[in-house]
Amino acid sequence: MHLKNLHLVHFKNRDQADLEFVDGINCFVGNNGVGKTNLLDSIYYLAFCKSFFNPIDSQNIQYDEGFFVIEGTFDRNEKDEKIYCGFKKGDKKQFKRNKKNYDRFSDHIGFLPLVMVSPADTELVYDGSEVRRKFVDGVISQFNSSYLDNLLKYNKAVSQRNALLKKMGEEQRWDASSVEVWNMQLLQYGQPIYEARREFLDEFIPIFQQYYNLIGNESEEVSLVYKSRLHEASFEDLLQQSEPKDARAQYTTVGVHKDDLKFEIKGHPLKKFGSQGQQKSFLIALKLAQFDFMKMKKGIKPLLLLDDIFDKLDKNRVKALMSLVSEHHFGQVFVTDANKTRIQELFEDIDTALRIFEVQPNETKLITEK
Amino acid sequence: MEAVEQFNTLPGIGKKTALRLAVHMLGREKEEVEAFSRAFSKLKENVTFCKECGNISDREICDICSSSRRNRSVICVVEDLRDVLAIENTQQYDGLYHVLGGHISPMDGIGPGDLNIDNLLTRAQNGETEEIVLALSTTMEGDSTNFYLYKKLQPFSVNVSTIARGVAIGDELEYTDEVTLGRSIVNRMPYESSISRKE
Ligand SMILES: Nc1ncnc2c1ncn2[C@@H]1O[C@H](COP(=O)(O)OP(=O)(O)O)[C@@H](O)[C@H]1O
Ligand SMILES: [Mg+2]
Ligand SMILES: [Zn+2]
Repeated sequence: MHLKNLHLVHFKNRDQADLEFVDGINCFVGNNGVGKTNLLDSIYYLAFCKSFFNPIDSQNIQYDEGFFVIEGTFDRNEKDEKIYCGFKKGDKKQFKRNKKNYDRFSDHIGFLPLVMVSPADTELVYDGSEVRRKFVDGVISQFNSSYLDNLLKYNKAVSQRNALLKKMGEEQRWDASSVEVWNMQLLQYGQPIYEARREFLDEFIPIFQQYYNLIGNESEEVSLVYKSRLHEASFEDLLQQSEPKDARAQYTTVGVHKDDLKFEIKGHPLKKFGSQGQQKSFLIALKLAQFDFMKMKKGIKPLLLLDDIFDKLDKNRVKALMSLVSEHHFGQVFVTDANKTRIQELFEDIDTALRIFEVQPNETKLITEK
Repeated sequence: MEAVEQFNTLPGIGKKTALRLAVHMLGREKEEVEAFSRAFSKLKENVTFCKECGNISDREICDICSSSRRNRSVICVVEDLRDVLAIENTQQYDGLYHVLGGHISPMDGIGPGDLNIDNLLTRAQNGETEEIVLALSTTMEGDSTNFYLYKKLQPFSVNVSTIARGVAIGDELEYTDEVTLGRSIVNRMPYESSISRKE
């Protein structure tokens, strides 16, 4: 699958753009703040119906303008798919495939698989467990159709049970029959979530390890660990055991909503003990593993957007990564870098179709083509 | 206009329709309009809830509960009046009802104590009840309420069943079409088998 062309009007700092891409490597080079990441974000929009960075559509309209348009033609299974996303202040966002409006954006998401590797991924290292669960859930729900439904229902059951615990706490009583009802719902939806996560991570972690060995330093022992109290005992028993604790806390203290994906280096938290370079390699390996996983499950190579990944990665790692690109392990790739010379050197003797665009404040120029 | 605002508070009536209705009422005879407003005033005054089943009634015991033609050994448990009407419309059910007045939902502040449950447990032990059919909505809250009632009914010698909802997809009883709903009432199944089917 690849994006053939992109047409933008008033999207973020891009007033107008009309770009033609190759089914290979497409690079955006230019000074910081010039709009390279914004171009990637517009491509992200076409796949996910929203920005990678800013969920508020109106803030993605160019300052002082009233609307934005993003249009792109994809070649997907040898068929042209024209995707249109338009947003006008005060109106509903329009999202179309081949001129036909979507009723629900969720019908589109997943149709054009895409993986974005971004400096913003560091939130996966620094933020709470919620962003890591979201990462895992996002990957699983792309191929397991009942997963998202179970997740929504599970979360609702947690909210209901928490409301019950709070009320009982306030009234200083314990109503076992009512608690049991919500325990049953948690089990019904939580158990399949746990199993899906375990199955996924069993497959995913080795892929991640391979990538880290390639782009990180093999002597550093890193690991990705699925943490869940459900490893210790059955969910049913855990719920039973934690009832006194739940009663005191007035919320549900055990369950898959407490799961985490631990990032470790030599058995220690990556957040505290990893260097910036190690953290970066870790996150890139994580995202590339996501790419492989989606490719395997969907049978389509996702678009790969690599935003500023060459900073802080040494030359050898970059070379190793680029060899994968030239072996056609990836499909279409978009790369941004502030360093034009680095990019030109890097891709000098790569045997893949290549286009380098220089992004300037008012235009985006094709400067190299191979 | 005050009348427009009042019409507008009704479900499904927007501003435009409210205005149209008010204009229409203006065109009617004075007596007719008064008959209208009398009927509305009386609506709330005369309506009570049946002491047996909790359904809306204008007498202490409702028509269904006091009918000699109904099968008194079966009680169908529903959330509200609309469900009774929906099931009656199928003409496939001749037992009694029990109206809970909603479903358990702690987030909305509704616990078992807020529903007409104690009365149901009393009816389960009245000697003539043999089967209790749980027919709550297929939402998570409906499911939870079914499960709660099932547990509470276990000590009594009544069979607990549930309507075969495999046929109706999701949603509230009220919106299921008549034929499907009728069929699912006829083909009800033991409650145990409905929970063991879930993984
Ligand atoms: N809605 C918007 N309208 C105009 N400019 C915007 C808007 N949103 C962001 N920008 C500008 O885009 C620039 C950042 O672009 P970005 O793509 O991140 O640059 P880089 O080339 O460094 O990746 C900033 O100067 C920012 O002010
Ligand atoms: Mg950038
Ligand atoms: Zn009655």
